[in-house]
Amino acid sequence: MLYREAGDFKSTYAADQQTFPIKSERYLFWAFMAVAFFVVPFFINDYWEKSILVPLLVWTMVALGINILTGYCGQVSLGTGGFMAVGAFACYKLMTGFPDLNIVFVILLSGFVTAGVGVLFGLPSLRIKGFYLAVATLAAQFFLVWMFNKFPWFYNYSASGQITAPERTVFGIAVTGASSAPWATYLICLSFVFVFAWIARNLTRGRVGRGWMAMRDMDIAAEIMGVSPFNAKLSAFAVSSFYIGIAGALFFSVYLGAAEVTEAFGIEKSFTALFMVIIGGLGSILGSFLGAAFIILFPVLLKNIMVGYLGWPTDLASHFQIMIIGGMIIFFLIVEPHGLAQLWRLTKEKLRTWPFPY
Amino acid sequence: MSPEFLYFVETVLNGLMAGVMYSLVALGFVLIFKASGIFNFAQGVMALFAALTLVGLQTGQVPFSHLINAIFGTEIHHFGWTLPAFFAVLITLAIMVLFAYLFEAIVLKHLVNQEPIILFMATIGLAYFLEGFGDLMWGSDVKILDVGIPSGGSFWWEEVTRTWASEGSDYFGMYIDKLDVVAALVAVVLVIALTFFSKYTKMGRALRAVADDHQAAQSVGISLRTIWVLVWSISGFVALVAGIMWGAKSGVQFSLSLIALKALPVLILGGFTSIPGAIVGGLIIGVGEKLAELYVGPLVGGAIENWFAYVVALMFLLFRPQGLFGEKIIERV
Repeated sequence: MLYREAGDFKSTYAADQQTFPIKSERYLFWAFMAVAFFVVPFFINDYWEKSILVPLLVWTMVALGINILTGYCGQVSLGTGGFMAVGAFACYKLMTGFPDLNIVFVILLSGFVTAGVGVLFGLPSLRIKGFYLAVATLAAQFFLVWMFNKFPWFYNYSASGQITAPERTVFGIAVTGASSAPWATYLICLSFVFVFAWIARNLTRGRVGRGWMAMRDMDIAAEIMGVSPFNAKLSAFAVSSFYIGIAGALFFSVYLGAAEVTEAFGIEKSFTALFMVIIGGLGSILGSFLGAAFIILFPVLLKNIMVGYLGWPTDLASHFQIMIIGGMIIFFLIVEPHGLAQLWRLTKEKLRTWPFPY
Repeated sequence: MSPEFLYFVETVLNGLMAGVMYSLVALGFVLIFKASGIFNFAQGVMALFAALTLVGLQTGQVPFSHLINAIFGTEIHHFGWTLPAFFAVLITLAIMVLFAYLFEAIVLKHLVNQEPIILFMATIGLAYFLEGFGDLMWGSDVKILDVGIPSGGSFWWEEVTRTWASEGSDYFGMYIDKLDVVAALVAVVLVIALTFFSKYTKMGRALRAVADDHQAAQSVGISLRTIWVLVWSISGFVALVAGIMWGAKSGVQFSLSLIALKALPVLILGGFTSIPGAIVGGLIIGVGEKLAELYVGPLVGGAIENWFAYVVALMFLLFRPQGLFGEKIIERV
């Protein structure tokens, strides 16, 4: 009864094209945002911050980035981990090189640096596609990780090869470093995700996004219709890498605090990101959120059940965990290849006609 | 001959041997891709799983012992008998065939006609599943695989090559691992066997028909499902061979599954659809990698093996997007 479009009249084109065209959905969204911004920060504790909310937000950012590239533009990339590393190391170099620069600008700048690197590694996409491209982006992954490991300049010649985030503040409140409060790190991540999800949503339904989608659906036809493959593909790589770079910077500076490149940005990160968008739904902003939530929360849940409840040893639990995650991925692909976002869409359809579906 | 030249020859030889090992893995990929258009990411994990099963059977480990111990509080590990290598290999092969059948029945059947990316993701899911399953079944500790393949350097070859060097130079002969030589021979036999199978048997002909055109093959009465089970069984067999070779070389452990990543540049170099391509690509990558490590590595600080192969493959791709031996890509709107 709550979810109805009856009586919800639109008088302008803009009103009809808005992201949440149904009134109750709009209210629900803003209520959710209000809780996320104004209620959660008062109740958040260290466990929720470190193992659930902050990783969830950071990974949502990654998923948004990879969804722009793979979901909207159709270019499969396995170099996500490498691009996250670029973001993290750009952030580190900027933080240590310009101590007075505000962390928000540092993170944004790391995004731009990553966008540049992304365009560079996106160049082969003009010539090759499909799995060949996926494998080619693996070159980016391995090369970047090797580079950050090999040249001490990137980690300021520290003996351990680790990078450690110094303390930086926003409005006088520490958001990075050891003394940052859970609510502060949570809020900065949430703000970034909120703003950039909004931008992504509007990019993808504008001229740029339509170009990407045309390129994804059939590149030759798109080219004939006047979408430049050069612009479309490289802009997708740039925007996607920008998001991933920001996520990498947040991942390192706000979430981890200290990182070692092969461990923190290995190839499995690239796969995790791809899983998120496939499970969540390719070509859907909501899908990025749902996919990230699934991939981050599900292992936490499994671990709590198996280690906390059944009392199994952790290594056994971790074997079970990968096995179940693999099984779940296959299960979801069989049940709904278009991901959780599609399930949500179907649920909404059902809700609208409930209780008289015919 | 000068020692420098001999070093060069040694590097090339070792590169060729390493390349054969890569080709072994790449072969499994090509077989499945040709017959079903699926890019099977789980090939490396299949090799790991096969090797784990082989070791487990040989040493008489109790499957799932870790899990059983955790649930019932028991302390069981081994049955207390060992199997001869030959029988263990046969049983492992049977398990791989069973696995192929189950995978087709449970997963592939439902994913017919999906986009390639979805199928690709399904195989990544399979990779995770098999990895967890293998560890759960046999434990995750490093195991030693011994099926009686000779290993270690060949002294005979060292003696022979030492006499080649010019008088007075301190050259100690070439190092060639016997295991690599065996692997090369096995690979040759495997490729010949596969070629004969696909050329001269009824099943092989059906397989090539499916690879050419699914629908046409189906319309003349070839069962797609049987062919898929067959293809996955064969690639399970190739995975077993690769698993034995790699396992004997470096022990059976998780890193074995990462050889899939080594095989990818081989694949894009040789083309996804060509068996000779997998072999030639493997050899090029193997030699290129070893030579680069020797001559370019010191200039940039070493350890470039990880990404060099990918860069070589990328260079090739820019000029021949379908790989060296791949089918020509024709696009229509």
